[in-house]
Amino acid sequence: MEVELIFKISLVIVMFAISLGIAAYATYGERKFAAWFQDRMGPSNAGPWGLLQPIADGGKMFFKEDFIPAASEKFLFILAPCIAMLTALMTSAVIPWTTNVVIMGQILSVQVADLDIGILYVLGFVSIGVYGIMIGGWSSNNKYSLMGAVRASSQMISYELAMGLSLLAIIIMTGSLGLREIVDGQTGSFLGFLPNWNVFKQPLGFLLFLICAFAETNRAPFDLPECETELVGGYHTEYSSMKLGFFLFAEYINMFISSAVIATVYFGGYHFPYLNRMISDPNMLAAAGFAVFFAKIFFFLFLYMWVRWTLPRFRYDQLMHLGWKTLIPVAVINLLLTGAVMILKDYL
Amino acid sequence: MQSLTNRSKIVSNKKMTFSERIYLVAIIKGMFITIQHFFKKKVTLDYPKMKKPVVANYRGQHILKRDDQGAERCTACGLCAVACPAEAITMVAAERIKGEENLYREEKYASMYEINMLRCIFCGLCEEACPKEAIFLTDMIVSPDQQRDKFIYGKDILVEKMDKRYDTSKRQTHLLEK
Repeated sequence: MEVELIFKISLVIVMFAISLGIAAYATYGERKFAAWFQDRMGPSNAGPWGLLQPIADGGKMFFKEDFIPAASEKFLFILAPCIAMLTALMTSAVIPWTTNVVIMGQILSVQVADLDIGILYVLGFVSIGVYGIMIGGWSSNNKYSLMGAVRASSQMISYELAMGLSLLAIIIMTGSLGLREIVDGQTGSFLGFLPNWNVFKQPLGFLLFLICAFAETNRAPFDLPECETELVGGYHTEYSSMKLGFFLFAEYINMFISSAVIATVYFGGYHFPYLNRMISDPNMLAAAGFAVFFAKIFFFLFLYMWVRWTLPRFRYDQLMHLGWKTLIPVAVINLLLTGAVMILKDYL
Repeated sequence: MQSLTNRSKIVSNKKMTFSERIYLVAIIKGMFITIQHFFKKKVTLDYPKMKKPVVANYRGQHILKRDDQGAERCTACGLCAVACPAEAITMVAAERIKGEENLYREEKYASMYEINMLRCIFCGLCEEACPKEAIFLTDMIVSPDQQRDKFIYGKDILVEKMDKRYDTSKRQTHLLEK
């Protein structure tokens, strides 16, 4: 019991540190990759290859003047970045990072909390996350911020529907809301030659989920809430210093978590073909699974940046059109097809 | 109607096909283009650390040469100032007094010699005009500054330092001709 408690606490701390570290280095990666996509060099002066750039940026954020506008709602103005950061960090609690490990004769699962409603927990916290943006934009008492906040909230509501519907198809197939069960349902092979990942069974659902994940994390081409060409800075126009830093940081943590969720739900999480046959020692298998999982996460983080520096931003009515008139009907059809196949399977 | 030039294009407003309307093909094509740029060799030169190679007779900041004994070669004849199309060069001539033989090579020298680097067009005509092999253009770059008067370079900057001599042998045209 004590071993488990210590293990869980240390897992929380490690995952907290990893989330922050990855978010910090995702900003570096974003700048570097953005530069490479545009035939530039990117940050190169802070440390070797500019590797100390995130630390310099963070330090700069702390030393900037922390300005609170006189007309703002002070309490909410301070609360907003806290909510954004808190929800971003809490989402990772239900993600199964790797297979069970054996420490001092005890089998421990590398997951902070194995909730049987794991996927609902993720969706719930993602939708609380929009409150950070909404409150931040509203309390700034600035037209641009308010516009950004309104855009963010309506965008979130629109795309959460399609996201939930595409996830429902997975839940029908797996028969569970727990992320651990969803991952462990993806072992073995599919059609004889493909790994049994949900992406091959639900290609349409994956595409829908991916598009919605971009919209939920406010990433290009759906970055209308902070749309700098129209809204100055969107919901964080009035923010400065580390409060702004928290908003930006929360965005990158959300990116990391959503990459992890995509990898978990559609790409078999920590599973990789033949991995558990090659490695017999449970702890070594867990380490290999962890590495595989993070490789998948990094691929999706890269995909986020790749798409950002390829596609232009949507116009707002196009965004709404895509969300309501395209994604939701397609998601409903996908759900109905999945349900029909699941029923037919019982009769065959 | 016949068009005046054949550069006009007929605008078509045809309906998009289904595969065009879902944009997925176009998106994948676009992503393929950006990933090609991702792996391209970058053309950026990390300037202060790296420099482009320049030719031997590059025309940059001027230098007023001394001879091997350390005496200034310039005799303030004024031919460079006359040759200068931008009128960037000014000088004041003075007579050498006894005891200054090691400082100035001939009886006349320039007590003040100024080049306005903002006027200078780095054409190299001063170098061509000089009969005493005293003024040369080098591959040094005139450094940027915030005040305009800092760009008027006097003898303190222009005259060659004996501990940091500048090799102009490649530019001494009469030697190359021989």
